[in-house]
Amino acid sequence: MAKKVEKIEVPSWDYAPSLESTSHIELKERYDLYIDGKWVKPTSGKYFATVNPANEQKLAEVAHGNALDVDKAVKAARKAYNEVWSKMPGSERAKYIYRIARLMQERAREFAVIETLDAGKTIRESRDVDVPLACNHFFYYAGWADKLEYAFPNRKIESLGVAGQIIPWNFPLLMAAWKIAPALATGNTVVLKPAETTPLTALKLAEIIDEAGLPPGVVNIVTGYGDTGASIVDHADIDKIAFTGSTGVGKLIQKAVAGTPKKVTLELGGKSANIIFDDAPIDQAVEGIVNGIFFNQGHVCCAGSRLFVQENIAERVVQKLKQRMETLYVGNPLDKNTDIGAINSKEQLATINKYIKIGQKEGAEMYQPVCSIPSKGYYCPPTLFLNVAQSSLIAQEEIFGPVLTIQTFRTVDEVIQKANNTPFGLAAGVWTDKGSRIFNLTTKLRAGVIWANTYNKFDPTSPFGGYKESGFGREGGLHGLSAYLK
Amino acid sequence: MSQTRKTISKFNLQMVDSPAIDKVGVEERVARFQTRSIKNESKLQGLKMSLSMIDLTTLEGKDTPGKVKQMCYKAHHLCDTHPGLPTVAAVCVYPSMVAFAKKELKDSGVKVASVSTAFPSGQAPMDVKLLDTRFAVDEGADEIDMVISRGKFLAGEYSFVFDEIASIKEVCGNARLKVILETGELATLDNVRKASDLAIHAGADFIKTSTGKIQPAATMQVTYTMLMAIKDYFDKTGIMIGMKPAGGISTSKLALHNLVMVKEVLGDAWLNNEWFRFGASSLANDVLMQIIKSETGIYQSSDYFSID
Repeated sequence: MAKKVEKIEVPSWDYAPSLESTSHIELKERYDLYIDGKWVKPTSGKYFATVNPANEQKLAEVAHGNALDVDKAVKAARKAYNEVWSKMPGSERAKYIYRIARLMQERAREFAVIETLDAGKTIRESRDVDVPLACNHFFYYAGWADKLEYAFPNRKIESLGVAGQIIPWNFPLLMAAWKIAPALATGNTVVLKPAETTPLTALKLAEIIDEAGLPPGVVNIVTGYGDTGASIVDHADIDKIAFTGSTGVGKLIQKAVAGTPKKVTLELGGKSANIIFDDAPIDQAVEGIVNGIFFNQGHVCCAGSRLFVQENIAERVVQKLKQRMETLYVGNPLDKNTDIGAINSKEQLATINKYIKIGQKEGAEMYQPVCSIPSKGYYCPPTLFLNVAQSSLIAQEEIFGPVLTIQTFRTVDEVIQKANNTPFGLAAGVWTDKGSRIFNLTTKLRAGVIWANTYNKFDPTSPFGGYKESGFGREGGLHGLSAYLK
Repeated sequence: MSQTRKTISKFNLQMVDSPAIDKVGVEERVARFQTRSIKNESKLQGLKMSLSMIDLTTLEGKDTPGKVKQMCYKAHHLCDTHPGLPTVAAVCVYPSMVAFAKKELKDSGVKVASVSTAFPSGQAPMDVKLLDTRFAVDEGADEIDMVISRGKFLAGEYSFVFDEIASIKEVCGNARLKVILETGELATLDNVRKASDLAIHAGADFIKTSTGKIQPAATMQVTYTMLMAIKDYFDKTGIMIGMKPAGGISTSKLALHNLVMVKEVLGDAWLNNEWFRFGASSLANDVLMQIIKSETGIYQSSDYFSID
């Protein structure tokens, strides 16, 4: 047992603010739709503001595309597909995709800063994770474009046509890359709708696509709200819908495409289990718990939001976890030392706070470290709920914020049963020093991605996707190519 | 004011029942410390703190009283053209040089640390090691940097290593004991953790990474692993143990990364030379160069910093 130690008064050494400069970014006041290689005004004439969630200031105005705009975009994509892109040899397509990747790399800093401004995620993550990974997706799929017959031997390689792609606000640029790169590599053309709260990096990507000289209509970016997305899903001349987002919207999409020839892949919500055994490398596991749930403010579909700790080490793990949380810096996402940035939107903050209230009402013990939070902007301190039962709502529903529920278990069978006892099945983490136990669990956990002694690791070569209500279809790797071929 | 620990209990196997260490995870954690951006005031504060934590070291067969005398002068006159700088924490020398160093440093506040126990290999009989240590203490050493028998440790003779540390601790008297694990020879982080736990239980006031004679020496991965051992012991007992990475830390940047790591793992209480030291011979001048750069905006050539 830990002895109470008297607090020793010592002068503290604090990090001075270290803000990433915003002087090098170029943002227009107003963005139109990118259709057929041109910037066009929305038919409705309507624009909406996108704000910086860290200080609630408006960043730019963005066009609200409607069904007519979507129709224009689909027609442009169809024409580009029929006349240019589907006929172009893979080696030529690859050149364009490589060019996009390289241009993105050259402007990586600008992308990172804009992503942080628009989404509230920390500059450390957008600089070290989002942007490099997005570039890597383009590089990776560019490499496959002229080797598809080797990727799928004895299969006739045929692209699908026009892909309608709808992406979420948690990894705006990265999700655009996940969607666009494999579609282009396999010879499809694209109509993509970014999320309404985070459209800017997709629009910057459109600028780069333009600069790369991609034939007009191959990639079209139509910004807007849910109705814009619905117009894409409902459009009769789209061959494939790729959606990443909430399970609720995913279900609507599946209903809407039922009875049509459209192919669909859905990458939806999750409530993933992160499982710590008593022989785990405990300090690294604690770090993995932190990365699992607090990475990107917990706005991660595969976040390790349900922690299972073996009962005999639970007390120590929780103590260590609390200590580690005390060292996390919450605040301005542009500060290079910030660990947890801003919640993406006012609405999402309200949702998270709703669940925090539910957790308290359910009688779970809550812990939040003392941290200073900026007065303006949307912030939520990292939060733990202890003594949570499998039947608690906060352990069942996706919160999509920096909120972790902690349950204990006694045996391997028990934890497998509890980890699988959820409508979701996106990811899981297993922490143990025993190799055989890792393999035992990875075969029995029903989740699309399982990490052993690590968490939230992504790579373009590795397929990603879910079981059950977490969706179907895989993105990344060869599986990601296959989803864009007949 | 320096605290030394009273000698501790007998060896038991629980002392080396250390948690598993995942190397990949440790590397990732360390990389996070390295992305911390230390600017302006906090950088200057960190640099001055680094200077005050240095154990200025000369451990060579060719050491002479003359060489030691010069280094001792440097220890409390780091850069006299720039007032307001601290002195280093200590000088670190062979036992035969302790008396000279002691005489040179008198009331400067700079401590004299002596290596002992047949440094660096530790391959000598126990009585020789005890004699070696007693000699250094009698000559006036304030701190003893002993090496453990790595051969015995790797052969699994933990109780031997425990007894060895405990008996050296006994002859240290009021001198603080730093236990050098020579992590470069222990090879795995699991071993580093086990040896750290063993040394702490056996009575170490400080645990120290390396002799400086073996590569790799004080990597951040190794230091992190040792800091976690200190943290776990503190959480359990409330007793603070000091940490000294030695060997390979020659730039200000690396020193600041180490300080970030100490702050985030152990907290501000360890951020002073009572609990944290750098064993280094060339770090001081690089830190001085950075301090003067941050005050004047100009890098000066190394010719403007004395080599002693």
